[in-house]
Amino acid sequence: MAIKILKNFFKRIFSNLFKHKKDIKLGFYGPPNAGKTSLANRICKDFTGEEIGSVSKIPHETRNVQFKEKVEIEYKGKKMVFKMIDTPGIATKIDYEEFLKYKVKKKDAKNRAKEATQGVIESIKWLDDMNIVVVVLDATENPYNQVNITIIGNLVARKIPVLIVANKVDLKKADIKRIESAFPEYDVVGISAKYGKNLEEFYESIFKLSKKI
Amino acid sequence: MVKKNLGKIKGFAIQFLPYSEIRDLNSNERIKKILGIILGNNLLILQGKLRAEEETRLIGDTMAMIGHIKNFRGIELAVISGSGNESIWGKMKKGIANALAGGDLGAITVIGPATIVKEIKRNPKKIELLVNR
Repeated sequence: MAIKILKNFFKRIFSNLFKHKKDIKLGFYGPPNAGKTSLANRICKDFTGEEIGSVSKIPHETRNVQFKEKVEIEYKGKKMVFKMIDTPGIATKIDYEEFLKYKVKKKDAKNRAKEATQGVIESIKWLDDMNIVVVVLDATENPYNQVNITIIGNLVARKIPVLIVANKVDLKKADIKRIESAFPEYDVVGISAKYGKNLEEFYESIFKLSKKI
Repeated sequence: MVKKNLGKIKGFAIQFLPYSEIRDLNSNERIKKILGIILGNNLLILQGKLRAEEETRLIGDTMAMIGHIKNFRGIELAVISGSGNESIWGKMKKGIANALAGGDLGAITVIGPATIVKEIKRNPKKIELLVNR
């Protein structure tokens, strides 16, 4: 019994000592076309000079989980190393005909839809592996979408710290207040990933959340 | 019996499922029951709501079915429940009531196949259901 207690004590001390040696896994989740990859690209470009993935107006451009290891973010003299994980947008329905509107050929649209369904499944599987999750929402869209609520509910159930980002604040239709009132228990940071607007507040929130893990 | 082909939608039924029907089921059984109803061209109105992990499981399972069941394109899903802005006393009362009932009976979940339900617009207090013609 005494040996077991001692063993647990040392295990806890050592795990705490080395806990922060590992890179923090920072996941980007949200519905399709909210700007997850744009935001991840902006951060990666600023701190590594390279992007994480391609962006497009056509929904479900990201259909595989994408990574960028060892992204050292520096903010107000402090440095933290993250593993960035950009995930495919989560949706409850995928119809290849939707892609035809963007002049995608029927065969390619069907392939895109097939890959997108796999992407959603992959995103869901990765939920367990995150240390912090940034839920990226399009500030011009209705935040009361069930996908948003489901993602956040899952993160809460898994006790993963969450930051909500209201992206596309550069657009006229953007409404951060609507997102804040939809998720009153969370910090909401309004940004424009496209123009790099308000990223300082974003980094501050991420550093703050990192203390919770 | 689950229909394997949704085909061209000529009509649909609305099925109400009281929470007592799923209360004692495990997650697998709950998902199976719900999928059985939806794939039978029904719009499901469920008293209460699923657990967050059951909702993602439902999304994942339905994604895996797209391309394997003819004309199936996924689902539309919406849950309407408390605003989350209740007082501490209100939250406590709700918590006790939910614990006694075995689930959040004040919530309503609407689930339908995307071939039938075009869109579910929701705000904290109402759900608007737009049906495909």
